[in-house]
Amino acid sequence: MAAEICSLDKLKPGESGIITSFNDEENALKFMEMGCTPGEKVKMDSFAPLGDPVAILVSGYKLSLRRTEARLINVQRL
Amino acid sequence: MFKKIRLKIGKEHAQRALKVAVLGNPNSGKSTLFNALTGLNQQTGNYPGVTVEKHTGDALIRNDKSGETVYVTYIDLPGTYSIYPKTLDEEVCFKVICDSTNEDHPDAAIIVADATNLRRSLFLATQIIDLGMPCIFVMNMMDIAKVRGVSVDVEMLSNLLGVPVVAANARKKHGVDTIKQLLAQGLEKPKKEFIDIKNYAPAEFVQTVQGMFSGKSAYWAYQLINNEAGITHFDILPSQKIDIKRLIKSTGFEKHKIQSDETIARYKSINEIVKETVKIDEEEKRKSLSSRLDAILTHKVWGYAIFLVVLFVIFQSIFLIAKYPMDGIEFLFIKISEFGQANLPKGELSALLINGILAGLSGVVVFVPQIMLLFAFIAILEDTGYMARVSFIMDRLMRPLGLNGRSVIPRMSGMACAVPAILGTRTISNWKERLITIMVTPLMSCSARLPVYTLLISLVIPSNHNYGYFNMQGLVLMGMYLIGFLAAISAAFVMKSLIKVREKSHFIMELPLYHIPKFSTIGLTIYQKAKIFLFDAGKVIIAISVILWVMASHGPSGKFDKIEQAYHNADTVMKYSATQIDTKIASEKLKESYAGLAGKWIEPVIRPLGFDWKIGIALITSFAAREVFVGTMATLYSADAGDNTLSIREKMKTAVNPDTGKPEYTVAVGFSLMLFYAFAMQCMSTLAVVYRETKNIKWPIIQFLYMGAMAYLASLLVYSLAK
Repeated sequence: MAAEICSLDKLKPGESGIITSFNDEENALKFMEMGCTPGEKVKMDSFAPLGDPVAILVSGYKLSLRRTEARLINVQRL
Repeated sequence: MFKKIRLKIGKEHAQRALKVAVLGNPNSGKSTLFNALTGLNQQTGNYPGVTVEKHTGDALIRNDKSGETVYVTYIDLPGTYSIYPKTLDEEVCFKVICDSTNEDHPDAAIIVADATNLRRSLFLATQIIDLGMPCIFVMNMMDIAKVRGVSVDVEMLSNLLGVPVVAANARKKHGVDTIKQLLAQGLEKPKKEFIDIKNYAPAEFVQTVQGMFSGKSAYWAYQLINNEAGITHFDILPSQKIDIKRLIKSTGFEKHKIQSDETIARYKSINEIVKETVKIDEEEKRKSLSSRLDAILTHKVWGYAIFLVVLFVIFQSIFLIAKYPMDGIEFLFIKISEFGQANLPKGELSALLINGILAGLSGVVVFVPQIMLLFAFIAILEDTGYMARVSFIMDRLMRPLGLNGRSVIPRMSGMACAVPAILGTRTISNWKERLITIMVTPLMSCSARLPVYTLLISLVIPSNHNYGYFNMQGLVLMGMYLIGFLAAISAAFVMKSLIKVREKSHFIMELPLYHIPKFSTIGLTIYQKAKIFLFDAGKVIIAISVILWVMASHGPSGKFDKIEQAYHNADTVMKYSATQIDTKIASEKLKESYAGLAGKWIEPVIRPLGFDWKIGIALITSFAAREVFVGTMATLYSADAGDNTLSIREKMKTAVNPDTGKPEYTVAVGFSLMLFYAFAMQCMSTLAVVYRETKNIKWPIIQFLYMGAMAYLASLLVYSLAK
């Protein structure tokens, strides 16, 4: 259970994970520029009222992204 | 007139001139620092070829030690997270920083960092340092960082970065003088490189390219190679371009892999820097306040309820509060024109001045209150951080339309007036989404359509007709607003698939901490927007209104004299009062004017819609503003008291169609005409603003044509069915 790897959009609000890899090379760069580098801890903060987009906490700030974008980030569940 | 108020700064007295770029992440307080450095000495424009707003400002600074004066031109670059360009904004930033032939290429850079989010800011900063650009690293928002328990070892950070570091709070102007002194004393090139790019990109290749140019860093050479294919108008010698292209092919340059390797390596070295210089106490009061606010403002029910209230307040203010200053402006211009009419010598020149230019000027200035109000609201929403939350809760709803949550506010304010609404689309950063919003906003029923609807509804719908509690006239009016709204949504949906742009749409956006808005920033935004509108769009509006005036007040030679003669004889003077004669002459003159002739000329085209040449004239004159329809109809039907709706209505009601012998304004004509006004792009001010905002004559033309086609088809359909 501890080593479960899933995409970021699977996390529920309050759950955290460690970024392991990305599923899309081009978007990966955008994520990394915004501080989502492999090894970084992310916490799912909340979902928008309609369930999409989602807000995550990463490197000390709040970032919003669409579910389709969150799906491109793989995390190790904590 | 604003130019004269501006402080004159003696560039000629300065001993040295310096160009400084201010750059940083979005929400880093970059523009606040820029404002603190330049004050009101700012110019707003566009970067060549793109619609990215460009702010520059000048200031004279003095080296306290040597007494030397330096004339500094600051350039406020668009917010960016990295030097790798992904959006138009970032591309502008890249070109200015990397292309030394660019007219805005700076001698030095001020990198503004959000002290509460140093890691992300350092990413951009170390890239700029690696480019070899002399720079100052400014840690802004130190006050907030302190509250959040973040403390930074400034000296250590400066040593590790190899560039001067300033702790600042631009909102309170703390640190601004230090920055000025550093600039005045002169900056050196950064002492070190963070990333040796040759470890990640083909080393020989980078060295070869670096050797082609003098005084450039390896990282610069790498960026040049990397963007060779992507960035247009990056001016290097054609021969060098060809060489680089050839080398890219032969070395197998793996663009994405190098970029991601570099990014990971860069964050690694940043983490080390942060570990040594930044201490964070776990106490994070402000952040938790922001979180609590978010829980309410993005709540399933309260989030939308609060947003609706915000929209309602904005809409009501533009619609109702702006009315008072607008009435005041109109009153003032009427007084000026009355004064002119009484005191200027009669003649063609005075008429041009009063009825042409002054009327046009009045038509421009009258928009200013609405524009100022809308931008006051937008600036407050942006500055507080609420705008990002609006995007967050509206994104899912707007996405099927190819739009972003941010477009909701300009779209809704389009119900008051499209002119401020289109200027307001600047808050939408994605170009495609902004363009779609610009293109469809004029379909929303604006306040200028209201007088037209009111007149036509009262003409063709009986006022005593009720459906239960609902008044039929009111229902029809509401229906017209609904039609406009639905048309705007449908048009957006169609355009989403038609407009192609190379910019990729994504929604990776920071939700910044809430701030208390800074009123000087808001004031400056309002001032700049009003200025842009008055001087850029205003020119076009005045020019078109002069043309319209000439068309409506001049006719083929001799015709007007004959009309005057016909009414100034003993017979008519006996029959009518002096004012009656004047209104009859005005009516006849309009019919014989160029506008009148054009109305008759287009009659065959508009006949299938149920319109006669009189409506044709009104369609042409109301290009100045839709409500002019009412005034034109009044003149054409020689209605007595100018703008008195009741009088025009009676006249129009009794108008008879010469072909059928039945009333001219049937229900079919009324609805056909209302639909035409709902869809047609009959507003030169809007077109002028669309041109100003898209910088391409193509878009106002397309807008005019597509809305015209929609109007024609809708009217044709309704008239044919209802006839």
